[in-house]
Amino acid sequence: MQKIGLSLAAASLMIASVASPSLAADGRDSISIVGSSTVYPFAAAVAEQFGKTSKFKTPTIESTGTGGGMKLFCAGVGVDTPDISNASRRMKKSEMENCQKNGVTEVVEVKVGYDGIVLANSKKAEPMKLSRKDVFLALAKDVPDPKGGDKLVANPYSTWKDVNPVLPANKIEVLGPPPTSGTRDAFAELVMDGGCEAIDSIKALKKTDKNQFKMVCQTIREDGAYIEAGENDNLIVQKLETNPKSIGIFGYSYLDQNGDKIQGSIIDGEAPTFENIASGKYVVSRPLFIYVKKAHVGVIPGINEYLAEFTNDRAWGPEGYLAEKGLIPAPAAERKATAADAKALKPVVIK
Amino acid sequence: MSAGNISTMDRVTVGLAKRYRKERRFRFFGLAAIIASLLFLALLLGSIAAKGWTAFLQTQIQLNVYFDPALLDVKNLASANYAALVKKSVYALFPQVENRRDKRLLAQLISSGAAYELQNMVVSNPELIGTTKPLWVIAAAEVDMFVKGYIPRTVPESDRRVSDKEIAWIDQLQAAGRLKKTFSTTFFEAGDSREPELAGIRGAAMGSLFTLIVTLTLSFPIGVAAAIYLEEFAPKNRWTDLVEVNINNLAAIPSIVFGLLGLAVFLNFMNLPRSASLVGGLVLTLMTLPTIIIASRASLKSVPPSIREAALGVGASKMQTISHHILPLALPGMMTGAIIGMARALGETAPLLMIGMVAFIVDVPQSFSDPATVLPVQIYLWADSPERAFVERTSAAIMVLLFLLLIMNAAAVFLRNKFERRW
Repeated sequence: MQKIGLSLAAASLMIASVASPSLAADGRDSISIVGSSTVYPFAAAVAEQFGKTSKFKTPTIESTGTGGGMKLFCAGVGVDTPDISNASRRMKKSEMENCQKNGVTEVVEVKVGYDGIVLANSKKAEPMKLSRKDVFLALAKDVPDPKGGDKLVANPYSTWKDVNPVLPANKIEVLGPPPTSGTRDAFAELVMDGGCEAIDSIKALKKTDKNQFKMVCQTIREDGAYIEAGENDNLIVQKLETNPKSIGIFGYSYLDQNGDKIQGSIIDGEAPTFENIASGKYVVSRPLFIYVKKAHVGVIPGINEYLAEFTNDRAWGPEGYLAEKGLIPAPAAERKATAADAKALKPVVIK
Repeated sequence: MSAGNISTMDRVTVGLAKRYRKERRFRFFGLAAIIASLLFLALLLGSIAAKGWTAFLQTQIQLNVYFDPALLDVKNLASANYAALVKKSVYALFPQVENRRDKRLLAQLISSGAAYELQNMVVSNPELIGTTKPLWVIAAAEVDMFVKGYIPRTVPESDRRVSDKEIAWIDQLQAAGRLKKTFSTTFFEAGDSREPELAGIRGAAMGSLFTLIVTLTLSFPIGVAAAIYLEEFAPKNRWTDLVEVNINNLAAIPSIVFGLLGLAVFLNFMNLPRSASLVGGLVLTLMTLPTIIIASRASLKSVPPSIREAALGVGASKMQTISHHILPLALPGMMTGAIIGMARALGETAPLLMIGMVAFIVDVPQSFSDPATVLPVQIYLWADSPERAFVERTSAAIMVLLFLLLIMNAAAVFLRNKFERRW
């Protein structure tokens, strides 16, 4: 017994000294990608294809959210920082400034396609026919007084029928992403702002006080009608199934995969179908981007080839494998221009 | 006096029934608590097993593959068009399909992984070229889901991801005996993938293994050494009291804090590689150390002082006393503590988020510095994927993780029972 104990201790000490040499990250042979959870499934599909068909290693992809990815991406130049950042919105001016400050001077922007944001409910209920104004009135924190006048009051609506008499008398209950999510940013910009513009008194505000306009339009009520369901969109789909009266907000790919359980709400007269989003008829869609650090091209092997795989029609084209995963392809002319820019590694200017 | 006695007895008998009732109620509450927790556990395990067991099966389709010399250039086997080989073989099964659109649909019955399978076969055995062989290849995830009954036929065609045409083809294949469900080796041999039918847990399992090796080799010796010093050598003063309080506090710190510490120290300061299992192991070492120190100290304390005194009495030095007598007797308890610490480390995700181990990693890690992920992270990533077929994979990965945890806890119980000494 005592011998076993001693030799065990000795052996583990020995392994410990062997197993932990000071491995510095001086050299990395696989591409490191961070960023948006919306772009993640598409980037991962490209990475996998790239790893299998080229001589390079499969890139590593972390799903950190757009903002978190930008922070890591702009931390500096060098092998311990990521090479590519995925984003479900365009890079902000402040993020670009942060990049510049840390020596990341040249960044290549590639618009890889579009994503539709859908409002959906369970198949057990009737499909909702909403306008963006209805959604704004149902979800904003402050709305114009329903009794008349331009004064803003705390949102008094509790059912959809209160908002618009043609809608069903169901309680307003919307499950959506938290404020850290790029989907939430896009939802606020595309749906809530759009709804605001349909109300004259608030629209007037846009000209006089832009910040105030943004605050009124994009602040979502906190009295329980809007439920933050975390970043897991599958969870929202499950909850919609158990509660047919509630509505969920998520990316188009989840609707595409769960067509037998949920249905997309019609917004401003158009249903969220692949064709409608691609043609721009369905208004709630946003572009998706990837950003490449130019200084790393040629240092980390395979970045050029990865971009070539992403911007190939067999990936991002209308018949490509990314469309299969739910990415809405950009129009052919736009794809051609973007691919050329990506090949030339043309640095982006964010104003 | 006697009247007083009777009244006491009376009071006792009157109260007796009430006291028994109280006791029965008390017992009932305890029992109900146990039954409730067992029910919840059964519900949890039951739902996971019911959803997940099908992931261990994989639908396969039999193709007659003609290894066409026109497509396979012997000098350039690595870059030949194997996907075309697969497509041709599928078209051969359904000669009546001629429409280009339908042909595309038909080719989608087979997983994109089939082409890689053929590639490996041909590269390792070029003599196959020119021959025709019946081969079982992996079916696409949608076919798999349909065959397993997750996509009902009753739903209108527009709402399911398998069209009526595809269903007809699947039925034909089934009638011809060209479709079967077999044990899925892919699930245990492959790394992560965006195609559910090609995704496996080997990458995550190897990552977990590397991480745990680093954690165990560092935390066990350091923990035991710290415990021996504190218990046997350290003077009892204010300073050692402070150390003791801090160790106890460390054991209760939320694990994400250790992740932030790891990010600052190991990645930013020491420049260790991001996403590597080495760094994961170091962070988890920090997390498990307090647990192991506390368990080791408790088991050192439980060795009776008589043994210590007897050893010293017959002339053993302090070191001999510890290494010959106390440590061997305390070791089973220490190992139990270590295994429970390891089990906790195996199930941890939060600290790994900060050091880049929550990532999509396809290649199975080969060393401590390769990018790696771990089992619970893999479960989280799959649970978040839109594809329906990942639901069963998520549950199956949970089953594998629970199985490993069960083995580790069983080992802890076994070691305790085998080596434990009672005085």
